[in-house]
Amino acid sequence: MTNNTTESTPLVKSGLAEMLKGGVIMDVVNAEQAIIAQDAGAVAVMALERVPADIRSQGGVARMSDPDLIDGIRAAVSIPVMAKARIGHFVEAQILQSLKVDYIDESEVLSPADYINHIDKWKFDIPFVCGATNLGEALRRITEGAAMIRSKGEAGTGDVSEATKHIRTIFGEIRALSSRSDDELFVAAKELQAPYALVKQVAREGKLPVVMFVAGGVATPADAAMMMQMGADGVFVGSGVFKSGNPVARAAAIVKATTFFNDADVVANASRGLGEAMVGINVSDLPAPHRLSERGW
Amino acid sequence: MKTNLDLAAVDALIIPGGESTTISKLLVNFDLMPQVRKFAKTKPVLGTCAGLILISDEVIGALPDQELISGLPVKTERNAYGGQLNSFEGSVVFADGTSENVAFIRAPKILEAGNCEVLATHNQEPVAVKFENLMGASFHPELTGATHLHKLFISLVEEHQS
Repeated sequence: MTNNTTESTPLVKSGLAEMLKGGVIMDVVNAEQAIIAQDAGAVAVMALERVPADIRSQGGVARMSDPDLIDGIRAAVSIPVMAKARIGHFVEAQILQSLKVDYIDESEVLSPADYINHIDKWKFDIPFVCGATNLGEALRRITEGAAMIRSKGEAGTGDVSEATKHIRTIFGEIRALSSRSDDELFVAAKELQAPYALVKQVAREGKLPVVMFVAGGVATPADAAMMMQMGADGVFVGSGVFKSGNPVARAAAIVKATTFFNDADVVANASRGLGEAMVGINVSDLPAPHRLSERGW
Repeated sequence: MKTNLDLAAVDALIIPGGESTTISKLLVNFDLMPQVRKFAKTKPVLGTCAGLILISDEVIGALPDQELISGLPVKTERNAYGGQLNSFEGSVVFADGTSENVAFIRAPKILEAGNCEVLATHNQEPVAVKFENLMGASFHPELTGATHLHKLFISLVEEHQS
């Protein structure tokens, strides 16, 4: 690079996520789907081999996608492309950085590669997004270098209840933290299992230092608008678009509902005539070992 | 600013960073493009990063069917500084000598500034320009707390109100 510049600073990494605020990021498995997502107004796409619903039904070990698939999707669209690495699999992350994706999702949707450690994300120039189910988990991921946080939800189910639980938990814990006095924050840091300086920053600012999206089970325009009304900065839609009856219409409708989340008339109209939603599985019917949101710690 | 009603209520418009492809699609999908184009013909508009692309007259690297607001007589190239891996923080120097640290994220480059007034440069290349009621910048002034470009835009808005 030319003189007087510094690449890949934390600000530049979290800055891209700032630019995605208010938008929808869609899971796509090929170039054709990526173009549908871009035409519908998605702010980015997540390139992967199988959407979470298929990973769930087919079972087996889920890994990083084939670089050819990721390159094909990058070539097809001009919006940013994200891709997933397994939790703790730093070599998959190195490969994704070498492919020059715009963001890496260290994702519980894939099979974890390390049941103790997450990736040291500070070592990378590409920014990371990580899932979280509560504030402590979000702060641990930020400590490891995540530049964006998303709720985990329960991916591939079409059941939004876990995403709701995670976003309510994270925002509720932030509100509770803000009401504590400075001398109580040392214990708060212990309880959250997160560094004191970061806990104090969140307590005083009343928000996470990075952008917070919602993911996992969003299947309808109403789901997306509800997440935005609860305070999400944006929405990831995984299986919800391309496992539905009419992906083109549903993709555009979810984008519209995410933009006009406070206008019930617009969300109502966006909900009309979309055909079948993805079939869906109730999270409570999932036996515990198959719950993706319990991966990561 | 999400509707034509919102637009009718403002004196000036800032089109911030984001994805130019997405912003352009949504301007069309939500029926805002004709009114925003009309607004940009006479009222002050500041476009930063994606916003600069949208108000440029000519864009290299845009989608073939991408609709632009246009009006600023510059040729810009989308993501010319590179993708996210090449995003950086750097200093820009304004015409009055003020220097500020700003962020360039998947940033566009101004290849030809035409008849525009150059407001700021980075490594001797133009990164912020003005033409009549329009201002455009390749960088994000807001992420680093820089304020000089905002001050210049406020002056432009005040000129238009008096």
